[in-house]
Parts: sequence; C-alpha cells; structure tokens
Amino acid sequence: MHEILTVLEADARATPERIAALTGIAEDEVRAAIAAWEADGVIRRYKAVIDRDRLGDGRVTAFVDVTVAPERGRGFDDVAERIARFREVRAVHLVSGAQDLRVEVEGSSMKEVADFVAQRLSGVERVTATSTHFLLRRYKDDGQLLTDPEPDQRLSITP
Amino acid sequence: MTPPRKPLSQVVEACPPSGIRKFFDLAQTMSGVISLGVGEPDFPTPWGVRETAIHALTRGATTYTSNSGLLELRELVCADLAGRCGVTYRPADECLVTSGVSEGLDLALRALLNPGDEVIVPEPCYVAYQPCVAFAGGVPVPVAMDPAEGYRLDADRIAAAVTPRTKAVLFGSPSNPTGAAQSADDLAALAALAEREDFWLVSDEIYDRLTYAGHHTSTAAVAGAWDRTVLLGGFSKSYAMTGWRVGYVCAPESLAALMHRIHQYTMLCAPHVSQVAAVEALRSAEPEVTEMVADYDRRRRLFVKGLDELGLTCPEPGGAFYAFPSIRASGLSSQDFAEQLLNEQKVAVVPGDVFGPSGEGHVRCSYATALPLLEQALERIGRFLASRT
Repeated sequence: MHEILTVLEADARATPERIAALTGIAEDEVRAAIAAWEADGVIRRYKAVIDRDRLGDGRVTAFVDVTVAPERGRGFDDVAERIARFREVRAVHLVSGAQDLRVEVEGSSMKEVADFVAQRLSGVERVTATSTHFLLRRYKDDGQLLTDPEPDQRLSITP
Repeated sequence: MTPPRKPLSQVVEACPPSGIRKFFDLAQTMSGVISLGVGEPDFPTPWGVRETAIHALTRGATTYTSNSGLLELRELVCADLAGRCGVTYRPADECLVTSGVSEGLDLALRALLNPGDEVIVPEPCYVAYQPCVAFAGGVPVPVAMDPAEGYRLDADRIAAAVTPRTKAVLFGSPSNPTGAAQSADDLAALAALAEREDFWLVSDEIYDRLTYAGHHTSTAAVAGAWDRTVLLGGFSKSYAMTGWRVGYVCAPESLAALMHRIHQYTMLCAPHVSQVAAVEALRSAEPEVTEMVADYDRRRRLFVKGLDELGLTCPEPGGAFYAFPSIRASGLSSQDFAEQLLNEQKVAVVPGDVFGPSGEGHVRCSYATALPLLEQALERIGRFLASRT
C-alpha cells in the first residue's frame, strides 16, 4: 500500500487508474487508501515542486535560527506554534544544536524578510535571539535536483 | 604495395553482423524517436558510487590490479552471492573479476571448448551467445523454446539436441530478450540432464537483481549443479553501471584457473577504477538498487498491461527490463513491424528474430524508459495498430 504513496510523492497528479496500473493494486482499493490517508492527515495536500530561481519571481527566502528562553514546565510547542502561524513563515522545525528552532521565512524582498524578523519574529515572547541566513541559490529541493538534468548518453538501440 | 590477398578469419567472416545494427542506423537518422530498443538502465550510476570513483582517481587508482581483480571486490562478490543466492565460491581461486559479463562469457567458452564442441543455446537469446561460441571454436546449436510456455528452459527440448559433442548449455536467466526468469524446477531438470549427459551449464545471471516475482534462483544453487556451472554476473544492469565494464565469473577451481590464464594474457585486469566503483556499489548502493527495482516493476506492470490492452500479448516477464510481446495479431513479420512502426510512429523496438528464429513474430521492448515516454510509446503503437485494421 505504501507504494501508492511512493507514486503520489513523485507525481501528485497520478490518477487512481494510473496508480493501479503501476502498482498492480485494484483501482477501487487505491481510491479507498488515498481517501483514508486524506482523512487521517497522512496526505496533507498535493503540491507542485517549483524551481523559484528558474521562475525568476524575485521572492526571497531566509533560514532563521531562533533561540528560545527556557522556562520551567514549558517546552517549545507554544513558541513554535506562534511563529508557525505567521503568513511569512514557510516552515518551522525544532532542531538540535546551539539554537532551538529553524524557521524558513519567505518574502518579496530582502527588506520585507528583514523587517519581519526584526519586528515580528524577534518580538515573539521567549524568543531571545535570531540568526538570519538568506538563501542564495537552491540546488535541490524536496528531493528534487534543480540543476540541469544529466543528458541521456545511451545509444538509441543497444543489444 | 598490394593489399593482402590471404583470407581473413573465416570463422569471423562467417558470422553475420548483429541484426540490431540496421535498426540503430535507421533510428539514428530520425528525430523525435521514442526508443524502446535500449538494453541498459535509464538510471545513471548511483551518485555515491561515482563520487567514490572520482575520489579513487584523484588517489591514483589508475594502475593495473592483480589479474584476478581486487581481493576486496572478490570477497564482497562472493559474500553477496552467498547471501542472496546461497552459493559458495572462494574469493581466492573460484572468482575472477572481468570486464563485464561479455569478457567472462568469452573466457568461459574459450576455457571450455575444443574445436568442434557443441554448445546448446536455447533461443531466443542474447545476440552475442552464438557468435561467442563460434569465435571460441565451438559449434552453436540453437534450440527453440516455447513462447506459449513463457520461454521456460525446457529440458526435454534441450535433451533432444544433445549429442556426444555437447559440451555446454549457455543461457541467461532472467533473459534478454524475453524477460523470462527460470524456475528452480526447470533449472533442476536441466542440471539433472547435464549430470546425465556430462555437459556444463554456462549461466548468464547479469539480470539477477532485477526479478519481480520472487527471488532469483542461481543455477549454481540448484542441487548437483555447482560442479558443472559457470556463473556469470556483473554490475551493469543491477547497479546501472554498463559503461564501467566490470563483472565477474565464478566457477570450480579447475575451470577458473584456465579462465584466469586467458584473462592474464589478454585483458590483464578489469579497469581499476571500475573495480573500486564496484566495491562501493556492493558496500553502499543497496537502497538505490531497491528503488530502481521497484521503479522498473511499476513500469513493467503499466507497460505489460498497456501492451495487453492493445492486443500485443506477452508472457509475464519475471525479470530484466524487457517485454517480448507477440505481434502476430498485426499480420506482419517482426522486421516489417519494427521498421514500419519506426517509420510511421517513430517508436523503436527490436525485431524478435534477431534473437533467434523462434523470436520471429515478437519484438523486444525495453521498459528502462521514462514513464511518460513509455505511455506515449503505447499510444503510438496503438495508433500504428489501428491504422492497420
């Protein structure tokens, strides 16, 4: 059954009919499995992987390492959730190491991202420090290589 | 100066050029061709393997190795065969690293055959088998297998071709071009025949990792077969390493010693850097192999179903990455089918008769082709067939 997810992860537009042909699982079983995963939140949504550099829409991404003040009896969940709710925030992860949260912020310009970090993010309760790294270039995203594909060097007919 | 007048090798002159060549030349002149004629993976070699090879070059892996090949590689190969197939070979003197199965096959035949010895070659089969037998001084004896039985190795048909000169039976499982993976029972029947009639089994297992219905059965693992089996294997198909030219041959020590002797005087050793890459492949590329096999399997299902819906039936291919459908419904010969399909719909397939007379009425389609192209190819084949009814 997990093979259905493998197919969908590579191509979110694969139809149940096509998934059935690829996996050998009956089409109605494929539909039922997908419906169940959608209901359970295993499948969150269907997305396209977009190469922003190639699109050239000028959007800016930064990874912001956030340090959170420890407080007795409170973990990171409340701070993380407050940060995650901002529209500008694309991703929030709790990480090991010197900082606590790694936050991905997106904006239409460096200034917009910088303002967000300075005025909103750093102002969240218990956030004691931020360290911002602007993304310069993406080489691989979401498991997808964004560099030019290797040319197929195979001869057209071989034994 | 006058050109030499003495004849060139009559054995080689008598061997026809590969029937694949003609289609290659034709396909080369056209643009927009979807080729289902490629006999190699469409994946590149796993990156970790390539990275290791690049590093090895910077560290000087540019020399000869021992004739037998890097001991580390032979140890890994033997451990891999033991773990996957349950066959035991000593790395020291029963395993030789070769420049692909192609060299291993040549070594095996040259070490086995005396002039005039016969080698039974069940067909349809890989295009090189019969020429290699002839080049080694032997006489290839093609024996047709039955498409209605999924081209299983039929020991009765083979028995009917055995003569006192029969020295070996040469076959591939899983098979190029049919995709047939031989069952343990059929291999056992063949091994019993080999014992009774005293001949060798030359077993090309280059596609051993690419099986889809159950595990690969190695010929050498069949009861009683080990002592008369030459096991040929390699990295080209499983690890997508065709261009590295690295494989291995395993056999009982007496035969392995003779193969080693030819190899030491002709090839010397397989490419050093490729041997280093093969070591890395065995050490670390298992996840990639698993992914590639799962991917081929999905394409296999979709493609075979698609062919079936077009009325081009083929026995379920249990291994490799080929489907070998019957095209008899079209009323065309294999050659005409392939040529007209290429000219009219720009899909390249390989006519089945180039793999032996019993391949007539079939074409070989490789599904080591990107999924969207496979789907387009099916559409084009559908249009081709529709235009003929």
